[in-house]
Amino acid sequence: MKTLKRDGDVARTGEVTRRSLLKGGAVVGVAAAAGLEGILAARRAPAFAQGTRLNIVRWVDFIPACDVELKRQTVDASKALGAEVVLETINANDLQPRITAAMQSGAGPDIIQMLHNWPHLYANGLVDVSDLVEWQVKEQGALYPLSDANVKVGGKYLALPHGIVPGLIAYRKSWFDEIGATTFPKTYEELRQVAAKLKKKGKPYGQTLGHTFGDAPGWAYPLMWNYGGMEVDKNGKTAIDSKGTADAVKFMTAFWKDGCDEGGLAWDDTNNNRAFLAGEICASLNGASIYIAAKRGQDKIKDEKGEPMVRDIQHARLPAGPAGSSSYQASFHHAVMKYGKNQKLAKDFLKWLHGKEQFGKWFQVAEGFSIGSTKFWEQNPLWNTIDEPMKGFRTAADNSRVFGYAGPPSAKATEVYSKYIVVDMFAKGVQGIKAEDAVAWAAGELKKIYG
Amino acid sequence: MKRPIAGGSGGAVGLEAVLPHPGTSRPTGWTRFLENERLLALVLLTPTVVLLGLFIAYPFVMGVWLALTNTSVGNIGVFVGLNNFIKAWNDSIFRTAFWNTCFYTFWATIFKLTLGMWLALLLNRHFRGKRIVRAAMLLPFIVPTVLSTFAWRWMFDPTFSVLNWLLFHAGFITTKLPFLSDGTYGMWCAIVVNTWRGMPFFAITLLAGLQTISTDLQEQASLDGANGWQRFWHVTWPLLKPVTLVVVVFSVIQTFSDFQLIYVLTGGGPANATHLLATYAYQIGVATGLLGEGAAISLFMLPVLFIVVWLQLRYLRRLEGA
Repeated sequence: MKTLKRDGDVARTGEVTRRSLLKGGAVVGVAAAAGLEGILAARRAPAFAQGTRLNIVRWVDFIPACDVELKRQTVDASKALGAEVVLETINANDLQPRITAAMQSGAGPDIIQMLHNWPHLYANGLVDVSDLVEWQVKEQGALYPLSDANVKVGGKYLALPHGIVPGLIAYRKSWFDEIGATTFPKTYEELRQVAAKLKKKGKPYGQTLGHTFGDAPGWAYPLMWNYGGMEVDKNGKTAIDSKGTADAVKFMTAFWKDGCDEGGLAWDDTNNNRAFLAGEICASLNGASIYIAAKRGQDKIKDEKGEPMVRDIQHARLPAGPAGSSSYQASFHHAVMKYGKNQKLAKDFLKWLHGKEQFGKWFQVAEGFSIGSTKFWEQNPLWNTIDEPMKGFRTAADNSRVFGYAGPPSAKATEVYSKYIVVDMFAKGVQGIKAEDAVAWAAGELKKIYG
Repeated sequence: MKRPIAGGSGGAVGLEAVLPHPGTSRPTGWTRFLENERLLALVLLTPTVVLLGLFIAYPFVMGVWLALTNTSVGNIGVFVGLNNFIKAWNDSIFRTAFWNTCFYTFWATIFKLTLGMWLALLLNRHFRGKRIVRAAMLLPFIVPTVLSTFAWRWMFDPTFSVLNWLLFHAGFITTKLPFLSDGTYGMWCAIVVNTWRGMPFFAITLLAGLQTISTDLQEQASLDGANGWQRFWHVTWPLLKPVTLVVVVFSVIQTFSDFQLIYVLTGGGPANATHLLATYAYQIGVATGLLGEGAAISLFMLPVLFIVVWLQLRYLRRLEGA
């Protein structure tokens, strides 16, 4: 007669006893009832079907160490969740086509990183994650209004905010000092004058007006707002055709000619990083990646005196225009795709990834390049030890507006962004089209979208 | 009882003696099936028809259907008739893309044909290392378009262009040329890259055509006092015309629907100045998610290509008839 083995033998032999089965069932029950906390409390992986894979697609991070950390975390997550978590990274400009392809074919990654207000455009393909947002808010405090507006569609949260990559103007302090600009220009007009002097010395300002996800809209939208222009009014009616917008285009045209590297029309989000680190430009609106790359490569990246360039880099907020000094900051979220077969697992993974412990580790690695989606992360000890020029990133998201301002966030605003209409309006101006005509063109395009 | 051989005429018995005996059993069902030409043709054609239907006809029909609806990402559209086509036609970026596509196809084909012909004539001569040169010539055609275009993009880089560096240090320019940051320059850069990439296809095909022309004809023309140009124009070119037309047809189709090169080199920029129909359709349909509108834009390629190809093939048929 076969005797029953002790529970401890199960792991060795692979056989399943009645008691181990009941215990396993209890783990699953606890996990199902209590989510990831249950899994962790039970110290056992939940019983997802053997071979279950969870695919997540994100951009290629501008801080490579962040992707390394994330890959490490996915290995840990695989153990904790009992399913293989696979991270794939692609060019940020290819994320939108990837989302479209996945949604239309009904197959693809279980979780896709969303930027800006994309959840509004892809609303029909995303799982409601209001429960996760509720949990995140309880754990980490209220979301920044920017993140909240970007992921909340029709009262439901369709993506879980992960972080924000704030943009500030990185500039060469010594070059600005040389021409008497000991503090960073306070207005756009002052910036034009300073950039004009530096361009004459072969050190122009670097700004992209190309079709690229971050730096181009990050510059173009606030410029329009800060001169009093807006995409639509509060009721969602097209309002771009205004004196404020035309003034913004006129400024851009003069700024481009007088102070900018005119190759910027063909730049993507990486070109200004390379140009800055090569000493080709004096300043550029960017995330902290220029500073962090200069710091991590200080043995190689030197200024003209042979000193590490990082010591000469400072950051400043966008200057003010006649109507104020708002900014646009890029927020990043994770969305669970409706077609996915492992939605529960995807949610468990996101809860694990966005939790204080894991996000905190990733946040440390980002060194200020990515900040949290809530003010909670402004209090992180990282900000006490970080380099002085980096401290401005801590609160950089506090004056950000969202696409579609002054109207409510909407899929139409995402469409305007995806077609680069506001960016192209400025690009048309710098290419010689009259400011009023460039604005009229943009107004025509917007009317086709907003009606 | 043995059956007589059909069509036998009196000598059937004798013939039977030398024929191999397939056995005494009657032909099997399988043999009968194979002997039925209609059925066999059906069997042989079915895989091709299924593959064509699945990968050519289905996407095409889907594309036409999408173009007639307002389908967008995640939203099943409703029938909107020709609205998407009308919207596209009234779109200034579409008109730019349409013009760009014609301009790009025309000039790239002219350059590829001229340079390809010139290269083919050179390679048709006997010289040392002929085989190596012929193989090397195919390199631009063999390297994946994305990779080679990336290399060109680096050469045209707005900040670090090696071409600008060379021209500047050679004293030809004093300021950087805006290779990719100016629409006109950008379009010509794309034509240069397309020519570089497509020229070997012309050259190798025309070379194959040249080698079918008997050298006797050339010698005869020489004896009659024809110079090099006269021999080319009156002997080589007429005989090469059919091959040339076929190559041009293929090239026009490929260039008119080009996507990869522009996508990698300029992304359609600056400010949509270098969009082709394919890249603009992708921008609207896939990147922005307006699938119906994107499909309508891409379908505009169809009638243009149909007319061009029909005219060329008609001319080719006339040539063959002559």
